[in-house]
Amino acid sequence: MSVKVDSLTKIYGSQRAIDSISFEVKSGEIVGFLGPNGAGKSTTMKIISCFTLPTSGNAFVNGIDILTDPVEIRRNIGYLPEHNPLYEDMYVREYLFFIAQLHKISGSYSKRVSEMIELTGLTPERHKKIQELSKGFKQRVGIAQALIHNPDVLLLDEPTSGLDPNQVVDIRKLIVDIGKTKTVILSSHIMQEVQAMCNRVIIINEGKIVADDKTESLVAKTDKGILIQVEFKKAIKRADLNKLKGLIHAENQQGKWLLKLNDIKSREFVFEFAVQTGNTILEMSPIRENLEQVFQQITNTKQ
Amino acid sequence: MFAIYLKEINNFFSSIIAYVVIIVFLVANGVFLWLLPESNIFDFGYASLDQLFELAPWVFMFLVPAITMRSFAEERKSGTLEIILSKPVSDIQIILGKYFANLSLVLFALLPSLVYFFSVYQMASPVGNMDIGGTWGSYLGLFFLGAVYVSIGLLASSLSDNQIISFILALFICFFFYSLLDMLRGLLLISPIDPFLEYLSINTHYISMSRGVIDSRDMIYFISFSALFLFLSRLIMEKRKW
Repeated sequence: MSVKVDSLTKIYGSQRAIDSISFEVKSGEIVGFLGPNGAGKSTTMKIISCFTLPTSGNAFVNGIDILTDPVEIRRNIGYLPEHNPLYEDMYVREYLFFIAQLHKISGSYSKRVSEMIELTGLTPERHKKIQELSKGFKQRVGIAQALIHNPDVLLLDEPTSGLDPNQVVDIRKLIVDIGKTKTVILSSHIMQEVQAMCNRVIIINEGKIVADDKTESLVAKTDKGILIQVEFKKAIKRADLNKLKGLIHAENQQGKWLLKLNDIKSREFVFEFAVQTGNTILEMSPIRENLEQVFQQITNTKQ
Repeated sequence: MFAIYLKEINNFFSSIIAYVVIIVFLVANGVFLWLLPESNIFDFGYASLDQLFELAPWVFMFLVPAITMRSFAEERKSGTLEIILSKPVSDIQIILGKYFANLSLVLFALLPSLVYFFSVYQMASPVGNMDIGGTWGSYLGLFFLGAVYVSIGLLASSLSDNQIISFILALFICFFFYSLLDMLRGLLLISPIDPFLEYLSINTHYISMSRGVIDSRDMIYFISFSALFLFLSRLIMEKRKW
């Protein structure tokens, strides 16, 4: 089942939250929606889930138009909103039962609730009130809520934000498992997260799509050169750095040098360079490229 | 709609909200009816529940906004509104579910006060010598009055994500339609529209019902007034889309 978004625009007051966005997601795809805060990820999801209407443009879920039959679309969508809102004073089972009722799912509600509790690993916490759960378990309740009616399309808005690393791994695994048979769109502002889960990435910035590609090819694009931070014992002059082979760019950051090198093998040239100039390396560490750098690269290559 | 109704009812009774509302309603009215000098039924000397029916609209004026204020305000603030609105239910189903749940609570508060009715009935001399038609009419009127208050409360709750603002707003609108309109009627300049104001006032129809005559005009007034406020709530909820 597919999701199709056609030149969607949403204007809040004078601000363009999203600006004629178009993309299509096919069944079995896990698409990562990547962008900094305020880029328009949540707005797009809110429109697809029929919570709000676009200013112009249209979106289709399974070929159904969001403007004509929102209730039918909501039947086929599982949506985890940002910040995972929950009825804190309900019990886990009670809450999931309520959601099952809202969906009028076929078959026994109680049985389905038990299935979901098992699937999302909530079994030890099933008799607790939601407000008593840890953040990771609350997130599982949110995901269970989105999955209970076995939707074709899943919209997950920052599903792992605020979780500790172990919980992140668990939730990611859960999403990847689910995503084998469904269309999943998830948003995130962490590159590594999208890399870990998605087979396709859509990067959105200031309401516009700046990249839409397979994860591998996008990573390959941004992997031109590596970034390392080096601390030399003795101060070095910028002119001396010309002797360093494989160097693309260098920047002095409070005594430490941020070096951009051609590839990972060029690291040994840094040692050779230190030896040649009679210097010593105190520290050398790789720098993970953050989203901003990815953006810069992508927007640069486009121009 | 039924799922939402059940959830709200569960929420009222699994927290202490419902019990507080019911007890406060009974105690406040009971004190005036049985205890306080001047107003108590023994000094009054007649077997009637007039004191109860005079006071109850004022008690509801505070209690009903207090139970409705969280309906949408809380959901909006905590974001859960986005959860239910992404489920296959329409806005009007959500509003009606909440409306009937709150209205049920009003009914649950009213029901135990039948004990007062029964006591007065037994104390009358001879037993049962009271205006039974008028009492039932008053009860029905009180229920419909509660129904309008609840719809006003829901509208106020949909207007703000702050519960206190919702409460005060609902209190004021209830006061306006119950009492202030009547007071305004006395003012000189607007006398030509007096009949219109009289028609709009909740009190007019409440008193008319308490005579024991179930007039379809009063019923239509109460039902259409509730519907109007619910419709306005729906418009406010639609606003999220723009």
